[in-house]
Amino acid sequence: MTNIPETGRTPRVQIRLIMIQILVLSLLLTLGGRLWYLQIRNGDEYASEASGNHVQRVVTPAVRGSILDARGVPLADNETRLVVSASRTDLMKMRDDGDAVLTRLAEVLGMKPKDVADKVRLCNAETPQPCWNGSPYQPIPITDEATPKQALQIRERAEDFPGITAEPTAVRRYTAPGKANTAQVLGYLSPVTDDEIQAAKDSESPYLRSDQVGRSGLERTYDKQLRGKAGVTAYEVDKLGRVMDQTQSDPARPGSNVVTSIDAHVQRVAEYELNQAMKLARTQTDKITGRKYEADSGAVVVMESKTGRVVAMASAPDYDPNAWVGGISGKDYAKLTGEKSNNPLLNRAIQGQAAPGSIFKVVSASAAVRAGYPFNGRYNCSSSYSLGGQSFANFESKGYGPISLGRALEVSCNTVFYALGHKEWQRDGGIKPKKGANDWFYKTARDFGLGAETGIDLPNEVTGRIPDRQWKKDYWQANKDAWCKQGKRRGDYAERIAYENCLEGNRLRAGDSVNYAIGQGDILVTPIQMATAYAAISNGGTLYDPTVGKAVISPDGKKITEIKPTSHGKLPIGAKTIKQLNGALRDVATQGTASWRFGGWPHDKIPMHAKTGTAQVYGKQTTSWLATYTKDFTVVMTISQAGTGSGASGPAVRNIYNAMYGLDENGKQSLKKALLPKPQKKLPKIDSDGSIHAPKVRPYEPLKEEDPVDDPAGEEEVFTAGPPGFGGSPGVGGSPGVGGLGGAPGGAPPAGLPPAGAPVTGRQP
Amino acid sequence: MTSGFSVSGYGPDRVGLSKLLARDSVVRRLDWPLLVSALALSLIGTVLVYSATRNRTELNQGDPYFFLTRHAMNTGIGVALMIGMLWIGHRALRTALPVLYGLSVFLMLLVLTPMGATINGARSWLVIAGFSLQPSEFVKITVILGMAMLLAARVDAGDRTYPDHRTVAQALALAVVPIVIIMLMPDLGTVMVLAVIILGVLLGSGASNRWVLGLLGAGAGGAVAVWQLGVLDEYQINRFAAFANPALDPAGVGYNTNQARIAIGSGGLTGTGLFQGSQTTGQFVPEQQTDFVFTVAGEELGFLGAGLIILLFGVVLWRACRIARATTELYSTIVAAGIIAWFAFQTFQNIGMALGIMPVSGLPLPFVSYGGTAMFAVWMAIGLLQSIKIQRPLSA
Repeated sequence: MTNIPETGRTPRVQIRLIMIQILVLSLLLTLGGRLWYLQIRNGDEYASEASGNHVQRVVTPAVRGSILDARGVPLADNETRLVVSASRTDLMKMRDDGDAVLTRLAEVLGMKPKDVADKVRLCNAETPQPCWNGSPYQPIPITDEATPKQALQIRERAEDFPGITAEPTAVRRYTAPGKANTAQVLGYLSPVTDDEIQAAKDSESPYLRSDQVGRSGLERTYDKQLRGKAGVTAYEVDKLGRVMDQTQSDPARPGSNVVTSIDAHVQRVAEYELNQAMKLARTQTDKITGRKYEADSGAVVVMESKTGRVVAMASAPDYDPNAWVGGISGKDYAKLTGEKSNNPLLNRAIQGQAAPGSIFKVVSASAAVRAGYPFNGRYNCSSSYSLGGQSFANFESKGYGPISLGRALEVSCNTVFYALGHKEWQRDGGIKPKKGANDWFYKTARDFGLGAETGIDLPNEVTGRIPDRQWKKDYWQANKDAWCKQGKRRGDYAERIAYENCLEGNRLRAGDSVNYAIGQGDILVTPIQMATAYAAISNGGTLYDPTVGKAVISPDGKKITEIKPTSHGKLPIGAKTIKQLNGALRDVATQGTASWRFGGWPHDKIPMHAKTGTAQVYGKQTTSWLATYTKDFTVVMTISQAGTGSGASGPAVRNIYNAMYGLDENGKQSLKKALLPKPQKKLPKIDSDGSIHAPKVRPYEPLKEEDPVDDPAGEEEVFTAGPPGFGGSPGVGGSPGVGGLGGAPGGAPPAGLPPAGAPVTGRQP
Repeated sequence: MTSGFSVSGYGPDRVGLSKLLARDSVVRRLDWPLLVSALALSLIGTVLVYSATRNRTELNQGDPYFFLTRHAMNTGIGVALMIGMLWIGHRALRTALPVLYGLSVFLMLLVLTPMGATINGARSWLVIAGFSLQPSEFVKITVILGMAMLLAARVDAGDRTYPDHRTVAQALALAVVPIVIIMLMPDLGTVMVLAVIILGVLLGSGASNRWVLGLLGAGAGGAVAVWQLGVLDEYQINRFAAFANPALDPAGVGYNTNQARIAIGSGGLTGTGLFQGSQTTGQFVPEQQTDFVFTVAGEELGFLGAGLIILLFGVVLWRACRIARATTELYSTIVAAGIIAWFAFQTFQNIGMALGIMPVSGLPLPFVSYGGTAMFAVWMAIGLLQSIKIQRPLSA
């Protein structure tokens, strides 16, 4: 066997045969090389592609953890409902984009075809609610209230309803135990957006397409803890989707339970009493305006004084948080966000801000002490205070002569604080401030935690504002153009104010400081800030970060993570001053401006402290404030356009205390009836099977309806707007938020609302 | 050079069983590496075809072994045909060639009649009594033999050193007839195979370089013409588009090549194991028992198994080249060269398309792919090669 031709065959053929051989060899080497490249070099890449090819993931959503009250009563839990959903992907494949199917579905569900169609449209900048804000690849819930009969109809006529499913699903339920709604504190859920999925993709807790995300309140703050982890079962399927094997199963991990310091009973009482107080106020005639009180909104905070834990927090008007479950309907959404709604989504305890009026005087008194005025010195409580030829009146021009700061608090004497505020302003250089001016009144307010967030564990808290020199400058910069345009030297009140502001609105004027000293003017505070500050006076000076969440307990009850109270500072006054303030506030309740509301209160057993406030708002009726505390609890209530602090809020606050301590009208205590005579220390017990030990919630039975009682004359300070020309008038000409608790000026709107161009809060400019 | 290619004395009577084991017997002189490689490829093919079809109930009529037994049977018939070829001898076929050629062309014409069946866009099947035949497979052989006969006649007779232009033209004319018919089907893959076969035949015949270059030019020109004239169907254009851009429309036109690449790529070094490939059991690769059978090997047997297949083809082609170079008569050389071109191109095209370096066309992988006619044809070709091998020394 040799390659040399044995015959006379030509070399040409021989050469060509060798050529063919070489060519064949190189072709085969090419194949081998390519095979190596695909299998060895890039093999891993293709292996993962192959597994992605034939693995179908079925997601079992995690059951969201419950939100419990301090004794374990669920405020938010889950229930199984029949949810009818539509797959957009399937509908869009149809010639008419699924219109026929949706129309048939609407018929079965007894809904309007348009409402059904609106639910499956995708949200964008132009689409108003309702619209689908989640992933278009996820089934979109049409209703979560399908009856078994409807579900059966849909299932049995599957050919009529392609892309429509009816499945029992765990959905959120806001239980409102004993009618304790707790709406704004709990918040609500809405479907996760694509952006959020992207953002959380590589984090420890990535979202699934089917996830619901907490948008507000506790649902938002504790979303990560509550959410749990969805289960994923991976099935190996063939090209046609037939399941061949179950490759991997990652069971769903239910979310943890969040125990709050809310007491459902007290919460109910607070909500009820707030609403009652507002209702009652609306029957009363405002002597200044001659109209009935509007009492358009209000808030109350019940706080543990020694920890900052929130026992109850109510905000009116409120809403039924269940409206959000399963996607909000167009009607409900309009009700919650429309112009007439008055923003029930706002949690006014942390997002409503108003001038504090006289409850601010504890700050002014502290500032005076810091500035060197002895607490027990003598200060003239004249019937009016004269400033630049103008007179700032005391309430109903009543004078008390020389009194101490404590007495000034007790009788809520304005002129004492006018004088102090004015004097300090002068000491600081007046209209042309000295370098390194002390600004004691402003500094002290900040040291009391005002003008800043308290750090409560609820989203979108607003800061309020302290109208100090810097703020005046900034504010003038922002508004001077409008003022100067509007202002007229001899126009009406508003025009004259604008004129003044245009000229010298950038400076802290004497009138500003005088007004400010009694909590009027441009100052804004939130109820939670005042509760924190008064709790600090009661507990010896610690400003706690208010908390609603108390502990996070794993679903099996084994792992308990307590949320410890933290503080954001100490009051800037010594123990002696605190003691003196305590005494003065006690006198307010026993013999001062609030005493008529605490008749029969067992002051010796449960010492009550209080401070009333009635803040004037330009163009509106007065804001009622009442800040109170006992040894263990602080209660602050405010109602917009409702009259005086003690008048409008007094009975409500008293009733809350009565219910908590188990007191009857005459102050007789029955511990059996007491809802919460001491702060709840123990955490509720959760069994390993997830069941929660909770007491039964009794509905609140209010004491007998009280007849409206007229304010006794001279009850308290009402600031009457000083004559024009003194600047300190409440921010006319664009000062936002001074309209009582009506909006959330400067604060963010409740976050997470659908980006549908439908601002919920109607945020003011 | 003698004219010792006379067929006398090489009749069927020479191949008796009694002489099988004699020292210079046919069995001893057979090219065993060639035979063993081809057989190994057919057996591997049986297993791969089984793996690809055992749970395709829509194809195997409920019998997981349906394709396994068929493929084994086809191999058996193929081996029998090889023995038949050996028994007749490649030289004896010369005399019968006009008939065989005519018959194969006639069968192809039948395909164009209502007796033909269209599969995957090409009307290349003939269904007779429940059996489907692909006459174009036999045409590959008759074209090789016919061209070889014409081109070698005067050279082997000692008249000339190389085939003259007239002979070459005649030979080409002989090849063009079936090509035109196949174009009508249209079966572009087989046209390409035939074109490459012609190239191999011309190269092996020693025909003038001008003819070789001319053929290459004509092939290129033809390709451009086909493209420009728009005779290609949309599916054919899509195949080229998917080839040119592997990322194109992985759910549509690029699906086939994409899934094939995933299957092979995921095999890694040792593969997922026989019957364990998720791409194969999940039936993600279409036509996996026929045109894309290599992907089964790639996924389940990995680089080692798929490489072995390429290696076995290497052995087959290497032995064929040896046979081509060793034979002394031009007729045998041309036949061997034609077969080499055929096998080499079809192997490269088929595996190349599975690997994504060639565009998709419906060509089976010799020996391995499921398909009766193709199996018979390649084994007949092996028979021809063996026949050339065992007759060589005697003709010297």
